[in-house]
Amino acid sequence: MNFSKSFRNTFLVILLSLIVSACATKKTTTKVEGQMQGDVYTGTDTVKYLADGVPDRVFFATNESILTTKSRDTLRKQANWLRENSSVNVVVEGHADERGTREYNLALGERRANAAKDYLITYGISADRISVISYGKERPVDSGSNPLSWSKNRRSVTVKAN
Amino acid sequence: MIRIINLFFIIFFLLSTKAYSLIEIDITRGNLDPLPIAVSPLFQDDDSKRNSINELKIKNVGSEISLVVENNLKISGLFNPLSKEAFLQKPDIAHLKPRFEDWALIKAQALITGKVTIEDKKLKVEFRLWDILAGREMMALAFTTVPSNWRRVGHIISDKVYERLTGEKGYFDTRIIYVSEEGPKTARVKKLAIMDQDGFNTKYLTLGNELVLTPRFNPTSQMVTYLSYFKNLPRVYLLDIETGTQEVVGDFPGMTFAPRFSPDGKKIIMSFAKDGNSDIYTMDLENRIVERITNHPSIDTSPSYSPDNRFITFNSDRSGYQQIYVMKSDGSNVKRISFGKGLYGTPVWSPRGDLIAFTKLHKGKFYIGVMRTDGSGERLLTENYYQEAPSWSPNGRVLIFYRETKSNDKGEGFSAKLWSIDLTGYNERQVQTETDASDPSWSSLLSN
Repeated sequence: MNFSKSFRNTFLVILLSLIVSACATKKTTTKVEGQMQGDVYTGTDTVKYLADGVPDRVFFATNESILTTKSRDTLRKQANWLRENSSVNVVVEGHADERGTREYNLALGERRANAAKDYLITYGISADRISVISYGKERPVDSGSNPLSWSKNRRSVTVKAN
Repeated sequence: MIRIINLFFIIFFLLSTKAYSLIEIDITRGNLDPLPIAVSPLFQDDDSKRNSINELKIKNVGSEISLVVENNLKISGLFNPLSKEAFLQKPDIAHLKPRFEDWALIKAQALITGKVTIEDKKLKVEFRLWDILAGREMMALAFTTVPSNWRRVGHIISDKVYERLTGEKGYFDTRIIYVSEEGPKTARVKKLAIMDQDGFNTKYLTLGNELVLTPRFNPTSQMVTYLSYFKNLPRVYLLDIETGTQEVVGDFPGMTFAPRFSPDGKKIIMSFAKDGNSDIYTMDLENRIVERITNHPSIDTSPSYSPDNRFITFNSDRSGYQQIYVMKSDGSNVKRISFGKGLYGTPVWSPRGDLIAFTKLHKGKFYIGVMRTDGSGERLLTENYYQEAPSWSPNGRVLIFYRETKSNDKGEGFSAKLWSIDLTGYNERQVQTETDASDPSWSSLLSN
């Protein structure tokens, strides 16, 4: 009797935890689905536009400055637009998430901004039209402390300088 | 603008009994049994109390000074200051000759007594340290200074007591320079701030118009080097605390950051980032000659000299991830010293020369730790959600660093505070600041 009761309770606990964990998994996947690939942000929540259809920013994986296929696509659009608007100069701002030491993140932001700048140069934009600045982790766009927020903050943003 | 050296201390007698005493404190271990000490209020006569009110708007500066001492000794973790309510002897009588039995009765092992007078706009303080068990005086000291220096008098007494009982220099007559933070995470306003080590006398050195980061003292603690985004150009600056004069020292065609003084105060070592690559450079402050120290396509940053100027420890991701390296100060003989699991950053050489403190990131947690200068003997002192940037107390016994809390999905609940911890891993404490705070740097001892 006692045994069967405790067995039943244990069973209930296991069942409940399975349901809870199933819900939790479902919740996180739906939330992140379509917004992150690996840990690179792919959504559009915080994105602004240099012009119609020309996003201003690209996103990076943790500790990385490699441009993803999508980032290169965005930067080619920026390069096209900059070629058509030859009087506009830009500043590329490099940013990191909050999960790194301040000084290293300043260097990492600079590396990311230059990765974007170099790609724009490859697509024909003159280096003297592009300056870079790193803010490290000092200027997050999303103030949350979770993987999705961090992914939005690992970015380089191309802004008009004039 | 701010006058650090606005004091004139005249030490007019020093009678240190070097005789054998029964009490001493071993500070190389975690002290779980702090020394019971009685800090008697410093006696002040009625004339002096009137002058005290006139000069300082403080009724009894003698007991205020004793509170400064008591608080310092308590936060060191090595002393247990006893409640004044239990004291049986009056301050003036105790100062002349304590009845040792009375103090032994309340379990005091050491006693501090003293006397304060304010006359002709001068503050005269004398104090004595007594060994209760041996029944004798251990130290007697007196100073004269301007009345507004009364808190520093408390810090100097604390340092003398600490030194007499531990055999090592104290760290109480010191200041902390840090970055004061206010506002939401996405638009944080940051200012340079300076305060006494115990959180009093906070002064703001910049107005918050531009982003400022990572201030560090020079060896005499009169100058500070830091990163400022003045006119949106991140550059290393130099600030004279006394005069308020600021000048850019790292005006290279790119970002300069992560500055620190060399231990002789003659150079600033920093990172210079250009075209996606950060390397380490030095600038001689006298002749402005710039030297390149590292030349590697990886990120090289957070440099810190050994106290003898011969070596530099720094942070590099040349192995693929952030690790700690040591090289000769000319840039030769680069050796990786961190080999544990995780990422390592912000190495900073101990003023004693034997250890390097660092930040470690492993499995989503941040640690403050120390290792020997060859990388052996790694010890993690504290674990948290986010913390970094340790800075050594001048005696190399305590580390101050900053810690951030996790925010919720709306970004609420975020804070940044200063904390300290003993090298032993014990005695972790929050350091009081008026605002949120980060990037602390500990000064040298202001008086010796």
